[in-house]
Amino acid sequence: MYGLGILKGLGVTFKHFVATYTADVRYGLKRYTGDKFETRQGVDATGIYTVQYPEEKLAVPERFRFVPFLVVEDYDHPDRPGHDWCTACGICAKVCPPQCIWIVRAEDPVTKRPIAQPEAFFIDIDICMNCGYCAEFCPFDAIKMDHDYELASFDRTWTHIHDKERLSKQFSYWKTIAPTTAAEEAEARGGWEHIDVIKEKKKKAAAEAQAAETAAAAAEAAASAPAAQQDEAAAPAAEAAPAAAGTTDADAAREERRRKREAALARKHAKDQDEG
Amino acid sequence: MTDQTSIAPQTVNAGDIKTAIEALKQQFPDWVQDDTRQGYSGVLVDRNHLVEVARTMRDQYGFDYLSSATAVDYLGVEDSMEMVYHAYRTSGGPALVFKAQTPREGAEIPSLIDVWPGADFQEREAYDLYGITFRGHPNLKRILLWEGFDGHPMRKDWKEPYYEEEHKPFDSRWPKGYVRRAEELNAFGKNVKYPADLDLSRLNDTSEEALYSGMGLGVDVEKLTADEKLKTDRLVVNLGPHHPSTHGVFRMIVTLNGETIESLEPVMGYLHRNHEQIGERNSWLANIPYTDRLDYISSMGNNHGYVLAVEQLLAMGNRYQAPTYRAEVIRVLMVELNRLVNHYWAIGFLLNDLGAFFTPSLYAIAEREKILDFFEAVAGSRMMCNYMRFQGVYKDLPERIRGVANLVNDQVRDFNTMDYLTELINERLPRSIDELDFFLTDSEIIKARTIGVGYLPPEMAIAYSCAGPLLRASGVPYDVRRADPYSIYPELDFDVAVRYHGDIYDRYLIRLDEMRESVRILKQILPRLERTQGEDFFAGNKSIYMPRVPLGEAYGRVENPKGELGYYVVSQGDPKGPQNPWRYHVRAPSFINLTPLGQMCKGQKVADVVAILGSIDIVLGETDR
Repeated sequence: MYGLGILKGLGVTFKHFVATYTADVRYGLKRYTGDKFETRQGVDATGIYTVQYPEEKLAVPERFRFVPFLVVEDYDHPDRPGHDWCTACGICAKVCPPQCIWIVRAEDPVTKRPIAQPEAFFIDIDICMNCGYCAEFCPFDAIKMDHDYELASFDRTWTHIHDKERLSKQFSYWKTIAPTTAAEEAEARGGWEHIDVIKEKKKKAAAEAQAAETAAAAAEAAASAPAAQQDEAAAPAAEAAPAAAGTTDADAAREERRRKREAALARKHAKDQDEG
Repeated sequence: MTDQTSIAPQTVNAGDIKTAIEALKQQFPDWVQDDTRQGYSGVLVDRNHLVEVARTMRDQYGFDYLSSATAVDYLGVEDSMEMVYHAYRTSGGPALVFKAQTPREGAEIPSLIDVWPGADFQEREAYDLYGITFRGHPNLKRILLWEGFDGHPMRKDWKEPYYEEEHKPFDSRWPKGYVRRAEELNAFGKNVKYPADLDLSRLNDTSEEALYSGMGLGVDVEKLTADEKLKTDRLVVNLGPHHPSTHGVFRMIVTLNGETIESLEPVMGYLHRNHEQIGERNSWLANIPYTDRLDYISSMGNNHGYVLAVEQLLAMGNRYQAPTYRAEVIRVLMVELNRLVNHYWAIGFLLNDLGAFFTPSLYAIAEREKILDFFEAVAGSRMMCNYMRFQGVYKDLPERIRGVANLVNDQVRDFNTMDYLTELINERLPRSIDELDFFLTDSEIIKARTIGVGYLPPEMAIAYSCAGPLLRASGVPYDVRRADPYSIYPELDFDVAVRYHGDIYDRYLIRLDEMRESVRILKQILPRLERTQGEDFFAGNKSIYMPRVPLGEAYGRVENPKGELGYYVVSQGDPKGPQNPWRYHVRAPSFINLTPLGQMCKGQKVADVVAILGSIDIVLGETDR
């Protein structure tokens, strides 16, 4: 029959039309909440369904990537509150396809030697193409892709260059928006802390273990000293002593570096306040 | 890929090419010789005898399909330019690669348009971007840039006004210097380094006159009336560049006699950004997100083609590890889902062009949405996926589609990934394809508008280097997945969809067929995904961000939803392995499929132009590059 094809098509349209409303009626007032919302967005959904943005928003998946942010230590962290995870190694700036990242490495005020910290960090979000390479290749898990996609502003010039202050977000934020990924990364690092902290802890633990061993060996040597092989036993003890001294030296150097870094931070902070 | 640990060997007619090359060399001992440069393949042909040799290749050896023709500028390496051609047999098998070299000054190469008319647009592109003159080309005009543009931008010594540096990473951006907005950096009057010989007075656009010349305008009406009874004049209508049916900024200059089309000339380049030169400044890795932006409907396929091309180069070195089996499975999963996405889109918008305003499109888009949700959960972005990497993929599939609500959003949607995929592939997609079929195929209006319209005969489809659904709807069963297999396609069971009438209706039907075939492939992918759960998705060291790519050339081609997408990449320069491609060329199906548009529209009514263009299915991001 001529016209049958059109009727069939109209039937499909009508079915869609009805399905939209039956689903609305079936879920009633709960249609936008909880598992109802979920069902209507899933593969079982029928009918055409509209999300009333901005009143309602869809949850974005964990891996969703938008303009990056910098991870800083939580502000209530016991040891290093607000400390940057970034070490200013510059890999993100090199790998960035449209080259939208600028980093200025911090300098030691006294020795003028660079320290592993960003003095400044800028991302021009007008250029950023949200590819996620910076986060993918950062060896310190210090730059991550954000979920905040509402970046509209009334000024199109300087507000679109995000500085370090604007970019920095606490590590706990990253754990909230991407718990699975954060857990995977923590597992790869060997703990929830920054990789340097973990390394330092490990080193300290190893040094302590070594010191304990040396002490034990020395004690043993002392114990066996009256015995015939006194000369031979003295040699390892003598060797161990400088090694132990070495560890304390390293500790002192680390302490020194930390003090300098804090001084640099304080200086920078003062400068920021001056400028502000 | 040479390392065959996880992939079935590709032996289709491989010996055949060698025999053909040997026979050619015997036949033309003076004109044809092997290309012996490190990492290169194929033959070098004396440019003065190129047409004869090419004709022999086509007629005697059966290389009837010219896939890609592009130029390379070897400034500083050999100080010459060359045209690189990839010819295939439509019966399948690998490429016969041949090249013709020319000095850079007064570069000239005979046109192959008589042998393969599909060389038309590609030679115009090479003329436009490289300044090679093609002797014998009937319509040698600029195609992407405007007439009057100064210079040929793909030449290695050409510098654009806002030229920054030859290669990324740019020193100017890091670590010193004050922070500037990109806009300020590129503002007029700042950082403008014009070439020394640039004369601004020469920059005048003469495109319009050039376009209308030869259109038979300015007809002497008095004279016409003497011959014809009806007082008539030809009318020129500009469809586009801003016309909803052109799917972007695309323009067709149509000469009408009444309502009948006498000639049609496509004008493109409104979205031209010299993608290939950007690609040559990027590092190898940094090009992957840029390929997303070519055909932005099917970014997974774009990634795949580029990654395959670079992997061919990497395989020449000794550090290369072939992608793991799981990586290949995930790639095929993504690419086939992407084909569905594209065909939903194409069918929906073809119906839009036919006047069924937005109802079919919205039904199609609603299904596409489910796939995009999956892409977003896996790759992090719905359209700009940036998912494939050399030797693997970015990340394994997540366990769940939606983890937890985040701070910005308050709603929770949580699905197990495999459940989601299984339901999508086994239930939702087949159902929706059937529904589209039921909804549209029998409609009398669609039949009346499409059957017999925009006919493209198979010989012409091959000659014009058409690819994808356009070629197969004309009765040529040529599909790269079968003709020149890659990835794990050899072990998958699917048919190459073919239709024989070559009109709009068949191009619509073949997309439905291909969607069904894709679902068939996906159903075979699911058990493979289950089986390889937990295996590595990346081979080698994933933290390498500046891979050293061995010297040589490679051509990676995939069957993208719109047709054969090819990437011709050359690694040249630094002997340790350069950080940037020397040449990065995209053989864009949307661009080359437009070559026969004028022929297809001739004699049709003006209302059909829009439908014919819609049935080719172009994306301007890829056409204009």
